[in-house]
Amino acid sequence: MVGIVIVSHSRKIAEGIQELAEQVAASSGRILAAGGLEDGEIGTDAVRISDAIRAADDGDGVAVLADLGSGIMSAETAVELLDGEGIDVRLADAPVVEGAIAAAVEAACGSGIAEVIRAAEEARFVSKNIETGGRP
Amino acid sequence: MCARVYDCLKCIGERIIENREFLTDLDREIGDADHGVNMARGYAAVIEKVPRDNPDIGAVLKKTGMTLLSTVGGASGPLYGTAYMEAAKALAGKESLTKEDFGKALELAVAGVGKRGKSVRGEKTMLDALIPALDAYNRKIAEGGSLADGLDCACAAAKEGVEHTKSIAATKGRASYLGERSIGHQDPGATSAMITLEAIRDFIRE
Repeated sequence: MVGIVIVSHSRKIAEGIQELAEQVAASSGRILAAGGLEDGEIGTDAVRISDAIRAADDGDGVAVLADLGSGIMSAETAVELLDGEGIDVRLADAPVVEGAIAAAVEAACGSGIAEVIRAAEEARFVSKNIETGGRP
Repeated sequence: MCARVYDCLKCIGERIIENREFLTDLDREIGDADHGVNMARGYAAVIEKVPRDNPDIGAVLKKTGMTLLSTVGGASGPLYGTAYMEAAKALAGKESLTKEDFGKALELAVAGVGKRGKSVRGEKTMLDALIPALDAYNRKIAEGGSLADGLDCACAAAKEGVEHTKSIAATKGRASYLGERSIGHQDPGATSAMITLEAIRDFIRE
């Protein structure tokens, strides 16, 4: 199953999204949170993220969902740290909450990494206007 | 410079830690007031965790980069972390450093920052100090200058670059949210890059 790593500046945000995604997708523990610094401070840590990616991979690849700014930069650095380890890890260009839920559902269906990333990225087009569905 | 790389890193770290409030104040004007705090936390970890007696300059710089990636927290973590890890590639296995080695390491470090930040000169970032510094270093070395001469020129160019950041608007990073309103303020990242180069120069000059 494709693994999912949630990256946020805040440990609580990453763990909260992980908890929500686990609940929605009934995942088998392949969704990992890599939020904040090791001591719980606000920030992102490329080494922690690369450890989480390694732990999330069972051979099917890992989708990474990052929040913003240095979260993305640290996620990209984490991917480079894993160069040569043979893990098919990809960053989703997606909103972190909606993208993580969509990715978790897709992964739980048994889809491959490309499908999981596509599902996460399409989540940005989901409207929050219940009445119009985002149509003008 | 032989096997004193730890002492040089400690010198950089102490200088950054001394400037914690100054860097944070600069960042308060156009960012999120954490640059000095983040950088000081990162270098405190470097001073503590990087081995003092490993003669392999490349290995020491790689460990420095990894430590900054883990402990800085903000964007300067991946940026400075990448800079050190790229510089390490030029110095792997080396126990002493020529002026050509330093030039190559600086070139890789600057390119690494550009790639990591997807940024170029003129966007009010570290690169506005680093790129002119690299160019000035290379010019001085091409004229036959020493490592110390090259670093003098690099520091002078970095200082001019930092001054120049006051006149331009940020288009990358947190300060870009302010756009034109960032004009008039000195970039904290360019400033910490200048402080780093000055610390290296002063260490070499000693």
